[in-house]
Amino acid sequence: MMRKILVALALAGFAWAFLPLVFEAGVIGEPGQLASSYLENSPKDFAAANVVTAIVVSYRGFDTLGEVAVLFAATAGVGSLLTKKRLGIAGEKIPMQNATEVLRTATRLLTGLLIMFGAYIFMHGHLTPGGGFQGGVVIATAVLLSLLSSPESHVAHGLMTAVESLSGASYVGLGLLGAFLAWGFLDPRALPLGRIGALLSAGAIPFIYSAIGLKVGAELSGILEALKGDRE
Amino acid sequence: MNIAQFIGSINPVAASGAILALIGLWGVLTRPNLFKIAVAFSIMETGVNLLILSVGYIRGRTAPILDSAADAAAAVQKMTDPVPQALVLTAIVIGLAVTALMLSYAVRLRAAGGASSIESYGDEKW
Repeated sequence: MMRKILVALALAGFAWAFLPLVFEAGVIGEPGQLASSYLENSPKDFAAANVVTAIVVSYRGFDTLGEVAVLFAATAGVGSLLTKKRLGIAGEKIPMQNATEVLRTATRLLTGLLIMFGAYIFMHGHLTPGGGFQGGVVIATAVLLSLLSSPESHVAHGLMTAVESLSGASYVGLGLLGAFLAWGFLDPRALPLGRIGALLSAGAIPFIYSAIGLKVGAELSGILEALKGDRE
Repeated sequence: MNIAQFIGSINPVAASGAILALIGLWGVLTRPNLFKIAVAFSIMETGVNLLILSVGYIRGRTAPILDSAADAAAAVQKMTDPVPQALVLTAIVIGLAVTALMLSYAVRLRAAGGASSIESYGDEKW
């Protein structure tokens, strides 16, 4: 009974705290000083059409590098927690139900398209509302489909590790290029900026976002594979 | 103030975000099942993301992407605040990683012969 009262009190407190936001969020007339300077300067500084991408990859690029590191740590954690040995089923064969004909045919049809769509999303991160994280997740859905349609199969572990470490290394390498050729670590002006709206514009941003996309795709595929629970 | 005005003054994104955050908090505090707690955390996370997004929204303005509707010269006058959107992009990815870790701990606890109710693990839950 005591517990129910405490829960109700906590919920009421949070509701009270949210109430001003519900009525007042978004009624400001102008973005703040920082946001205005981002909006004004990101086309001039980096020739990036998508201001959010300019913030994520360059103004707050260090933050994103840390985020990718956190994702890597989580993948490593999931992978080491969910091995057959740790789950106490080493050597046993887990019975898996075969997928239906519909799922198998749809998977064959969709896998290529999904990977292509994911690559499109992360390559156009500086022009459209997309980016490395979104594209990586779309690629991981292709892996999820193929794992569902053939449950006995495994993701090519060596290939995934190679993609992940190469894209991570090229992310840091592009960042270092900015430190030597431009004004600082992760500065995309190390490469020519080009014209706003072109695919090859915004300096290193499309390359950094492609590296992030491949890395996120490989890492999420690793998580999905580990959650299947039959990794040796 | 009549009812139509009152409803019009509510920010729909912030309102739905607040409701989702409260549902998630209720789930975390009251559900004993480990997997349901993970689901509740995801719901709460979605709600909090919507709340952060709603803070940067400005009525009548477009997304912070340069195109024919808003070119570089008119960006400050015509676009919403991009900073909360960038923060939420980060928060979504970290939330996904946290959810995956929570689920794998729950699976490990189950596989080691434990129950899925958190109350059977001593006094971790009140």
